[in-house]
Amino acid sequence: MSARDNILSKIREARSSAPQNVPAAPIANYLALHQRGPSPPPPDDLVTGFKKRAIKLSSDVLETSVRMEVPALLAHYLEERKLPLRGVCWTSLVGLPWGAAGLEMLPNPATNQDMVGVTGAFCAIAETGTLMMLSGAETPASTSLLPETHVAVLDPLRIVATMEDAWDLLRLEYKQPPRAVNFISGPSRTADIEQTVTLGAHGPYRVLVILAPP
Amino acid sequence: MQNKAIDFKRQVNIKLADTKLQDALSRLQTRFVEGRSAVISEIHHLEDTRTAAAAIRDCVLNDLDSWLQKFEQQAIAHGAIVHWAETATDANRIVTEIAAQHNVLTAVKSKSMVSEECGLNDALEHAGIKVMETDLGEYILQLAHEAPSHIVAPVVHKNKEEISDLFAEKHQMSRKTGIAELCLEAREILRPAFLNADMGISGANFLIAETGSVLIVTNEGNGRLVTTLPRVHVAITGIEKVVPTLEDVTTLLRLLPRSATGQSITNYVSVLTGNKDAKAHDGPEHFHIILLDNGRSSLIGGEMQEMLRCIRCGACMNHCPVYQNIGGHAYGWVYPGPMGSILTPLLSGLKSSPDLPNASTFCGACAAVCPVKIPLPDLLRNLRTRQMALGLKSRQEVLMLKVWGWLTLHPRIYALATKIGVRILAMMGGERHLLHTLPGATGWTDGRDFPAPSGKTFREMYRKKSTK
Repeated sequence: MSARDNILSKIREARSSAPQNVPAAPIANYLALHQRGPSPPPPDDLVTGFKKRAIKLSSDVLETSVRMEVPALLAHYLEERKLPLRGVCWTSLVGLPWGAAGLEMLPNPATNQDMVGVTGAFCAIAETGTLMMLSGAETPASTSLLPETHVAVLDPLRIVATMEDAWDLLRLEYKQPPRAVNFISGPSRTADIEQTVTLGAHGPYRVLVILAPP
Repeated sequence: MQNKAIDFKRQVNIKLADTKLQDALSRLQTRFVEGRSAVISEIHHLEDTRTAAAAIRDCVLNDLDSWLQKFEQQAIAHGAIVHWAETATDANRIVTEIAAQHNVLTAVKSKSMVSEECGLNDALEHAGIKVMETDLGEYILQLAHEAPSHIVAPVVHKNKEEISDLFAEKHQMSRKTGIAELCLEAREILRPAFLNADMGISGANFLIAETGSVLIVTNEGNGRLVTTLPRVHVAITGIEKVVPTLEDVTTLLRLLPRSATGQSITNYVSVLTGNKDAKAHDGPEHFHIILLDNGRSSLIGGEMQEMLRCIRCGACMNHCPVYQNIGGHAYGWVYPGPMGSILTPLLSGLKSSPDLPNASTFCGACAAVCPVKIPLPDLLRNLRTRQMALGLKSRQEVLMLKVWGWLTLHPRIYALATKIGVRILAMMGGERHLLHTLPGATGWTDGRDFPAPSGKTFREMYRKKSTK
């Protein structure tokens, strides 16, 4: 017998002799229900709720009502912090007027040399101030991971209340999750040395969310 | 990892006298205990959420074989390869075989307690594969050739100065003293390792049956790098980690980081499903998942099954007065604190860890904070009963319990014996009412004086009061 059969038959035997054994509901029925657990009431305003939580987890948040102004906002943010003015972006963002704002953004997946990575986001979650990113050919995961600064351009209408709502949105727009769903809540951090929080461990040192309409 | 739980009592004395460790442990209490209490109340309907979390875990455990098969089916359908390992040795062999199959020479790892359980690093090094731990805490331990002392904060026993010395010696660089500088130095040394590694090894916090996904929570980003950059990803985890749906795992995620580190969510939560497709720029070409039993299946259907609900948050050890005073190393294996005092005997034998079920005051703090409501003191008590039944208690202890049992069944003799007893103890206590030593039970008085009784038994005082 294979290891698989051994393990499964051991469990089966143990279950059948167990006094508390109850006939389980069929798995297919359970899965189809997508039953939610207790979740918090949604904030009065999703955008305000998201901003509050994101800032609490050390993300920076900027807002504009004009999408074309995103490059200028970013240029100002980078100049203020004396950060490099060049980087990589997802291909969907290549059309923004980066050059006019004095930025150079190449539509490539990030390498170790790239200091700024600009992405979109599938959606965001107000409950925890979290970005939800889906990996894909046009949305490489490395852009939000390798550079020291991660910038996410987010449509404020894509902010949902809870992670459960985010899963529903994923099911609605895609049949199944992509290779990687990454939830990002602020810059990478560690507290391994003396339980003291240090921002910028192996991932980005800073996360900037720019709220802008599509 | 070699099990040294048999050495518990000797280790306790060493750890209690270790002032550096005592300092480190007091930090853990302030950061993790206060951190948890600050954010756990953010959860609306906390008790309902804990009850729901326990029910989700029980639902899977009560039908574990079916859920495992569902998970396996979904994982394979999305391109993962699923392996089953009955023992730690089997798991190590499978990882080594995967490495050979893909011509792997170097591997990077994110933190995995199951891999510590297996002693995976040693097995891989033995097979000629260079393994690098990338979680900062685990990396420090790998450099120092030490074992983790906490399942969430593995290097909690070391202070900044020790880490400064270690880095200066091992990295051959100038000695850094700031925590941020130390983190930066580790980042710069580890980044090339991520970029060049052939294989990434991770654990899994949860396995999602609905989608066949592996879920990993991390803060440092090393978990993402390990599972994104190398061309092979191996996730190794226990068979009990299955959760039915994305909704269920969301309920558990509300509790896990809050209970563990006092965070409302970890920086990264990664849900990984299958391998990369041809068009994608990043992601592993090969995704292997290893499901390890290593004794877990023997808990199914029995009175200890509730232990398998555990989601490894570490709250029980953070709140345990025993762990708070001795740290994790004294427990002798991978899992310390109350959950370890139960898991270690169950997974590797009650005989080789006789002190662990007794390393508890039964204060109940662990059960009060457990996010999945494991009745930890009940399970510990159950192990003590088993020890008695199996004749694993010392003759002295058995004799004492027998005498006590006989006395309590004979109330008149009990009253007389206690009457005499308290009077002798009161006399021995002298003017300061303190006993420096208790004959036959010096363990009680080695570290402190024992307060002497007043000289009257409770019954005598009660009778006097009620006749007034």
